[in-house]
Amino acid sequence: MIRPAGAGAHAGGTTAQVRQRPPEPGDQGSPDDLASPDDLPPPGDERPPDNQPPPGDLASPGDHPPPDNLPPPGAGLSVVGRRMRKVDGLAKAAGRARYADDIAFPGMLHGKVLRSPHPHARIVAVDTSRAEALEGVHAVVTGRDMPTTYGIIPWTPDEHPLCVDRVRYVGDGVAAVAAVDEDTANAALALIEVEYEELPAYLDPHEAIAAKDGPFIHEPRKEGWNGNVTKVVKLAFGDVDAGMDEAAEAGGVVVEGDYFFEGTTHTPIEPHCAIGLAEPSGKVTVWSATQVPHYLHRELARVLELDPATVRVVQPPVGGAFGGKSEPFDLEFCVAKLSMITGRPVKILYTREEVFYSHRGRHPFHMRYRTGARADGTLAAVDAEIVMDGGAYASFGLVTTYYSGQLLTAPYQMPAYRFHSTRAYTNKPACGPKRGHGSVQPRFAFEVQLDRIAEALEIDPIELRRRNAMGAGTRTVNDLRVTSNGFLECLAMVEEASDWRRKFRRLPYGRGVGTAGSTYISGTNYPVYPNEMPHSAVQLQVDRSGRVAVFSGASEIGQGVDSMVAYVVAEELGVPLEHVRVYAGDTDFTPVDLGAYSSRVTFMLGNACIDAARRVKRQVQEAVAKEWDAKPGEVLLAGGLAVRAGDTGTQMPLREAFNLAEAAFGALGATGSYNTPKDVHGSYRGATIGASPAYSFTAHVAEVEVDPETGFVDVSKIWIAHDCGRALNPVLVEGQMEGSAYMGFAEAIMEEQVFKTAEQGRAGLHNAPSLLDYRIPTSLDTPALRSLIVESIDPEGPYGAKEAGEGPLHPSIPAIANAIYDAVGVRMNALPFSPPRVWRALQTKAARSGSDAAGTGVVGRSDAAGLPLSGRPAERSPILAGAAGPEAGE
Amino acid sequence: MEKPAQMKVVRLRVNGDRRACGVPAHYTLLETLRYGLGLTGAKQGCDKGDCGACTVILDGAAVLSCLTPVWEAEGRELRTVEGLARGPEPHPVQDEFDLAGAAQCGFCTPGILCSSVALLERNPSPSRQEVREALAGNLCRCTGYEKIYDAVEAAARRTAG
Repeated sequence: MIRPAGAGAHAGGTTAQVRQRPPEPGDQGSPDDLASPDDLPPPGDERPPDNQPPPGDLASPGDHPPPDNLPPPGAGLSVVGRRMRKVDGLAKAAGRARYADDIAFPGMLHGKVLRSPHPHARIVAVDTSRAEALEGVHAVVTGRDMPTTYGIIPWTPDEHPLCVDRVRYVGDGVAAVAAVDEDTANAALALIEVEYEELPAYLDPHEAIAAKDGPFIHEPRKEGWNGNVTKVVKLAFGDVDAGMDEAAEAGGVVVEGDYFFEGTTHTPIEPHCAIGLAEPSGKVTVWSATQVPHYLHRELARVLELDPATVRVVQPPVGGAFGGKSEPFDLEFCVAKLSMITGRPVKILYTREEVFYSHRGRHPFHMRYRTGARADGTLAAVDAEIVMDGGAYASFGLVTTYYSGQLLTAPYQMPAYRFHSTRAYTNKPACGPKRGHGSVQPRFAFEVQLDRIAEALEIDPIELRRRNAMGAGTRTVNDLRVTSNGFLECLAMVEEASDWRRKFRRLPYGRGVGTAGSTYISGTNYPVYPNEMPHSAVQLQVDRSGRVAVFSGASEIGQGVDSMVAYVVAEELGVPLEHVRVYAGDTDFTPVDLGAYSSRVTFMLGNACIDAARRVKRQVQEAVAKEWDAKPGEVLLAGGLAVRAGDTGTQMPLREAFNLAEAAFGALGATGSYNTPKDVHGSYRGATIGASPAYSFTAHVAEVEVDPETGFVDVSKIWIAHDCGRALNPVLVEGQMEGSAYMGFAEAIMEEQVFKTAEQGRAGLHNAPSLLDYRIPTSLDTPALRSLIVESIDPEGPYGAKEAGEGPLHPSIPAIANAIYDAVGVRMNALPFSPPRVWRALQTKAARSGSDAAGTGVVGRSDAAGLPLSGRPAERSPILAGAAGPEAGE
Repeated sequence: MEKPAQMKVVRLRVNGDRRACGVPAHYTLLETLRYGLGLTGAKQGCDKGDCGACTVILDGAAVLSCLTPVWEAEGRELRTVEGLARGPEPHPVQDEFDLAGAAQCGFCTPGILCSSVALLERNPSPSRQEVREALAGNLCRCTGYEKIYDAVEAAARRTAG
């Protein structure tokens, strides 16, 4: 049964709005469609006096009231919600933005890192004497110069800046040099002699988990444990077995499948780069292309044994990150240490090959899912078993292991859910967080499972998702608090825009459409290291000229956070956008923001900006009110003016208003901060991981054409509907949605971060560490992308905003998989859907045709296809008795 | 012991200026621009001609400066992203990039702008397919390309109008 789009779209009782979009490419509007920054409405037009905070708010500017970040109903917004330029857009378009490698200092030395040729070996001896003797070489360091371990997660500090006595992957850093120029530094690396004793290498996570004796990749934390296991998480909610029984008995279905998600890497166009500068005073500054300056600050101080107050981290504009620059890397420690030794600035710029080896990208996941659904399509139970290939170090792996299960529990109601995830170490570059950290892989498997359920029960896949939608103001089965929820609107939007009902199962052989949904966090309620301090903060300062400076600790990595800061402050204070200056990314003068990860910045920093701006605003209102003999709430700030509500003839330029406030209160400025809700999760161990102040929702429809002769999949278009709460600038939200769908498409069809075995040449060698061989989509590869914004107006987000940077990636991959099935009838259960895999799947299907095609545990006409030959996860017990460590804390 | 690199004086005509500097003889045009002349607009993303971030305009054609030996650029007309603006006004493509949100991290942007300007100079009203083909050598990891096409097409309309 297919309900009309309109009937289901608002069935959940949510209040999401559908944003009017600019015209499709081809009938593009005039540039006038874009509001210019000074195109603000006249004051008083959009802000009736009842929009203002009640006078009681003015009494205690020092308090932290709960965020009253929602404009009252009907309130006009002058800046927020408009299509605007970015504050740094023209500088970037002019080539004036200075990225890390664009920075140079007089006398700067160039550093290089010597890397291991072996996937696993003991370091017996390192002789640097010949390198040190080379003219032009100023310093050589090895692991012994920096013996303290570090790790982005405080419970798993298992890395050294340079290896001390063991290398764990091809590319692990062993020594670093600083020389007068790059050529000399390279020549010096060739003169360093390292004696290795090779150890057996683990390249397969199942083999790593099955290992009984050492040497393990890391020392076991307790005797008898397996040092090849980073983390095991087993959690269960509700009665899964009873749910499966119910589904099997009552005309429902239980679908079972094995899935493999190949690893992929971030591939920012800017390679990692850092500069260190140690000064005689003892101060050490590191400029780095990082997305986590605060964590880098902490780890630099710890590892280099410096007082954190003497360490400064500067984060220039970052040329793409996507999670790939969200923890410290060897180069940052090395430039600092080399500068401390030489007294000169030292720069290290990774080669593209080094970027591939430093990695920290998407984990390969081996997944088995059992999903039970009742006859009406509603879910009864979900059971998951996951083995994750973590590479040589823990990175964020403890969190990834939790995320692999915790983030699957929306947007669908699940009465019962169980997952068992194991992260293995292997002798390959470490995996970490890539856009959609830990939840993109399970989402792929789960949404394909849903497609199979829909087919088995003869329910339209969009309708099936609609029937399972959990709605707003609820809790997930694992006790995550869901506030706003525009998922039903997302489904309706893609259904209509893609012309779904005319296409699904109706296109000719070779063409098809598929759908999928997802959710994602807007930051996490608990920081990486336990503390009670705010997650995000800004400092705001007002000049007598009317210029407002905002010092922001957040990291601009292309997502537009500096612009978001300016929009919010301009909205609150009524100043023209171009009068707001944003100074960001320097730990010497910006308050702490935890970093650009987990889609946290707009939600958290946006609220911090509102907090700071409203403190200043209250002072301005009070000073002006006194002048006019009015109530502070009657003083409106907008369009560069202070205006008396209901009497627009009474007004003054904002500059005068600011001067009155400065005269009354002293220097005009404020700090603002945001902290997360801490009491909104379950009470089980691990319940805090996945807890977020708000969740975004997404639905996709993908349309594909499959060439049955070659197995080539041409994704022609992806429709992306995303509930971002409120689009503070729709241009930037669309950019995040399109960029996400692009990146998901790339993982679905093209990308694989894979390493050779010994039989293939050299164990652990990257298969293709270049942008020619690790192919990322060009303009000719990328499908047409249509972004459709849904605004559910979150009660706690800034003006109702939630995340947009990661959620919209998730459904791309299963939507394409499901579209391939619609097109040619093969289930693609292993990534990427490259021509050989699709072609083989078609061959298998053809060979089976005529017989009963259903495999064990597989319902419907699906053929589980394309799985690698390495075996199904469930056939191997992923955990050895005694191998599972305790929960390492969260 | 390594021999010091052989040095060479190169003379370039960049963005209308005559410039000269001494560089190691093996330097590419990209290295000369960035490290010799301080023109850091052109970016190094791969250093082997795969990503297009180093694209500059040489005698009207978009070229990969990381694959161009610097001496090949001598005596020719070279434009980089720093030379696209017309006095205080940004080039229409630069302005439309900003309006459309076509630059996110901005690292590929200088190269894409050079490819786009070279395209529009030889084909003032390209179709979307022609834009896609002209930019096929410039990898962008942020945008999914849609807003880049929008910006180039808008610039073409603005220039034509």
